[in-house]
Amino acid sequence: MHGLINRAIQCFVTDMHGPATWRDVARAAQLDGAGFEAMLDHDPALTGRVLDATCRRLGRPMAEVLEDLGTYLVSHPNIEALRRLLRFGGEGFTDFLCSLDDLPDRARLAVADLDLPALELQEIAPNRYLLRCLTGAPYRQDGGFLGFGAVMMGVLRAMADDYGALVVLDHGAPAPGCEVIEIALVAQDYSAGRRFELGRKAG
Amino acid sequence: MGGQRATMDDRQHDPAGDAGGMVPVDQQEPAKARPGQGFDPADMASVLDILCPMHLLVGPAGEVLHAGPTLSRLRPHTRLTGASVLDLFEVTRPRQITAWDDLRPLQGKTLQLVFRDHPATAFKGCLAATGHGMVLNLSFGISIMDALRDYALTAADFAVTDMTVELLYLFEAKSAAMEESRKLNLRLRGAMVAAEAQALTDTLTGLANRRALDHLLERLCHGREPFAVMHLDLDHFKAVNDTLGHAAGDHVLRHVADILTEETRGGDTVARIGGDEFVLVYPKLQDRALLDAIAQRIIARLCQPIPYCDGLCRISGSIGTVLSGDYDRIDMGRMMADADAALYKSKNAGRGCHRFFRQVTDDD
Repeated sequence: MHGLINRAIQCFVTDMHGPATWRDVARAAQLDGAGFEAMLDHDPALTGRVLDATCRRLGRPMAEVLEDLGTYLVSHPNIEALRRLLRFGGEGFTDFLCSLDDLPDRARLAVADLDLPALELQEIAPNRYLLRCLTGAPYRQDGGFLGFGAVMMGVLRAMADDYGALVVLDHGAPAPGCEVIEIALVAQDYSAGRRFELGRKAG
Repeated sequence: MGGQRATMDDRQHDPAGDAGGMVPVDQQEPAKARPGQGFDPADMASVLDILCPMHLLVGPAGEVLHAGPTLSRLRPHTRLTGASVLDLFEVTRPRQITAWDDLRPLQGKTLQLVFRDHPATAFKGCLAATGHGMVLNLSFGISIMDALRDYALTAADFAVTDMTVELLYLFEAKSAAMEESRKLNLRLRGAMVAAEAQALTDTLTGLANRRALDHLLERLCHGREPFAVMHLDLDHFKAVNDTLGHAAGDHVLRHVADILTEETRGGDTVARIGGDEFVLVYPKLQDRALLDAIAQRIIARLCQPIPYCDGLCRISGSIGTVLSGDYDRIDMGRMMADADAALYKSKNAGRGCHRFFRQVTDDD
């Protein structure tokens, strides 16, 4: 599994639950040294062990923890860079949703060996969408991204806040190798949202 | 850009953008149907506003007839329409452009222009003639980073087909990735320094260092195996260093390391623990006669002059030895102190000598 993803889990546990919790998780998952390196690959089995250990340590189900991870990735000030990169996806929340099809390609543009699961957005009715996250066989063989749909739930929730949109999200019935999120866009301009300028330090 | 912030909605309701941007489509139909007649000027402006939001429509005397929406947003308090292009901008390349007549023939050429007032944003530009005047299209080009600093630009400020937003995405993504790589390099460098500090080898001689010796003695202390420890200190080494220099000293130390390695068995350990101090550890060896023979052989070899450049380095060595069998309870600090005491006795006995600690006390 790519180090960036492992590192994201480590930063999430550390920033949201404290360094002591991370030490417990690392010990339980038999992770040696200081932890994960963002720019190096690690044994794929490690990611699963760390996530399992995190759930046990926090006493919470995997889907909840992963959704929190997704929210953290977009909303925590320590990783503002990711929020900005996602905001490059489009001017409004609908544009952003449409840009999700390109997310794996955009990720690869930034980090050539980062292989995110394919995402497919379908508009099923006006302001109603299905986001299919192709996380398992037959779409991909590694199976390491099972649960990515839950992470995307958190990402979508936080990005909706960021754009100032009001959405209702539902983790739909999964199909083989595919996690489905139903998105109902209630209001595109529900609140002011957070400002996004192309320059990082404009004005 | 304060209240001038552009959004998708602004664009759609922008009068110059024309209701929803859809109108030009049906107006283009007749234009296509009657080739050669060109666009209606107003039509032209609304098309360019969408496709080239940083363009200027310029009249025959170099006066601005219309400015694209993004360019207008850069100068919210300046009335661009009616102003002279060369009053608004200085042409920095090609050089010596002072009048519109200098600029007009440069259709299709790469131009560089700078706003004359503050902020002096630089632009890349290109001129093209139409039936109704000229179009001067501008872009930030490489000065995009300065523009981002000076103006609160959003994606709506760029044409949909403009690659600038993708470029900026790539720039930020690569910067973030580069930053992670930089941090990794820093951590790796830290790890390397730590690893060097924890290394077990004396870099000059390739012998074990004090850290390696401590590890070994610690292990032997807690084991059941008997062992012997020799403490060797070179004699006259300081004189070599002082008279022939440090390079000679280093040469001597490497030579001594070779002698010590040759005179010990594979399972023995030779460590350099200080400038000219060595410790030799012999697991499973308690035979005094054999140990004395080894020590005497080492001393004899150390006393042979060592060739260096055109001269000879003369040293010798003093050795003190302790046996673990002489102790009821192994205390490494005590053993090393005793080996040191035996060495001291050897030095006092006139250098080039070997003493056992036990023998030293017997003699006393």
